Amino acid sequence: MIINHPLLGPRDAAEFTYLGDASMIDRPDWQAEDAAEAFYDYAYLRDNLAGEHRELWYHEAGDRSWLVVTRDTTTHEISKVELARDVARARGRSK
Amino acid sequence: MRYSGFRVIKEALTGHKGWKPVWRDPQPKAHYDIIVIGGGGHGLATAHYLSKVYGQRNVAVVEKGWIGGGNVGRNTTIVRSNYMLDGNEPFYEFSMKLWEGLEQDLNYNAMMSQRGILNLFHSDAQRDAYTRRGNAMILHGADAELLDADQVRKEHPYLNFDDARFPIKGGLVQRRAGTARHDAVAWGFARSADSHGVDIIQNCEVTGLRIENGKCLGVETSKGFIGANKVGCAVAGNSGRVMGMAGMRLPIESHVLQAFVSEGLKPVLPSVITFGAGHFYVSQSDKGGLVFGGDIDGYNTYAQRGNLPVVEDVCEGGIALMPMIGRARLLRMWGGVMDMSMDGSPIIDRTPVEGLYFNGGWCYGGFKATPASGHCFAHLLAKDEPHPVATAYRLDRFRTGRLIDEKGVGNQPNLH
Repeated sequence: MIINHPLLGPRDAAEFTYLGDASMIDRPDWQAEDAAEAFYDYAYLRDNLAGEHRELWYHEAGDRSWLVVTRDTTTHEISKVELARDVARARGRSK
Repeated sequence: MRYSGFRVIKEALTGHKGWKPVWRDPQPKAHYDIIVIGGGGHGLATAHYLSKVYGQRNVAVVEKGWIGGGNVGRNTTIVRSNYMLDGNEPFYEFSMKLWEGLEQDLNYNAMMSQRGILNLFHSDAQRDAYTRRGNAMILHGADAELLDADQVRKEHPYLNFDDARFPIKGGLVQRRAGTARHDAVAWGFARSADSHGVDIIQNCEVTGLRIENGKCLGVETSKGFIGANKVGCAVAGNSGRVMGMAGMRLPIESHVLQAFVSEGLKPVLPSVITFGAGHFYVSQSDKGGLVFGGDIDGYNTYAQRGNLPVVEDVCEGGIALMPMIGRARLLRMWGGVMDMSMDGSPIIDRTPVEGLYFNGGWCYGGFKATPASGHCFAHLLAKDEPHPVATAYRLDRFRTGRLIDEKGVGNQPNLH
């Protein structure tokens, strides 16, 4: 697979390590009433979609950036690559 | 029709006209007591034990393709019970014992070969870990034997002992482990289940689960609705898809594992061997091909094919371990989709939906578990309580913190 890095251009997927579903950007509030339940859900449960899947890749052998890759899990076709930083900020995750 | 040497001779003398198809091709009935979704190894084994051991006569297996066309026909055929943790080892040893009697039980030649498995270690720390695992196995009634480098050299002189980075310091052997012909396992279970009255319905894809007031009433399929008192899901690889029909999210990701077979060679490998410094395991099939594999590709996928970096990694591991295989040519390679669970261990349990039961999360260790998985799932379906050796495989163990993590890597499915 080739991941089209937003800053570096097309890179071999072997340069990256894979973390998993991009929903892991949405870390729950540890002070919330339902924090235990929310963290169980966050840490262990996955949609595990067949089809378009948004996921976190880390450019370990490159610029050490985290990416959100949108990839079809039935064909391995990659339709979109974003910096995880931008995705997280757009969701109000960090200032 | 029972198979025997006498039968073979009789058929040989009468032109082989007496052999019949070994299972029927029935149309689904309107209602069954129990429906098992998935005609793979685990689903067919479940049907066999439901009908033969637990006396259930009104059972169907529904399969979207043909039986044995999924992971039971794609694995590297290794059978073993060399686990360490309390939740796992009794279950896998139960499975090992079922394997030992399987061909008699099924009256079917599964080509079970107890040729042993050798797990190599390459450092003092790894020797300690293997010693501990061997002791855990022995305490659970399995067999284990620790060999030093000279003993390994005597049995396997062709290995690369003096590698500068990863010298072979010895190995942990389970002599009762081995291989079985995976297709024959699926066919043997199917034949036995069919002969005990189970309807095996092929080319019948489950498209939905009919759930009303929190109770599962049956399955919607490409051949129409089929009602059931209980529905058991044994579709590892596609668990997320099927349980998603019940609105459930699982502690599972689907990943692809590749497997490889070389051209046929004269006998060179007397047992199953695993490399301790990389991920590589190999055995030799009865046709002579070296059957081997390694790591999963590591990203979510439902495609039954992988990518080239893992091919390179697996072959590097193989050549580092036994340089002679560099001369063999690769004949075939393929991929199968695995349920990678969050702790590397499976799930056999009820679900929050009444009448719906789940069996999955086998990671890439499902084949060796086939008979015990079927036996324990049948026990759960028939009696509504877990089999004594499968009590740890609960769906809620992630919520309660009772994980069974052999490798100790946490909730990172692609590292198990």
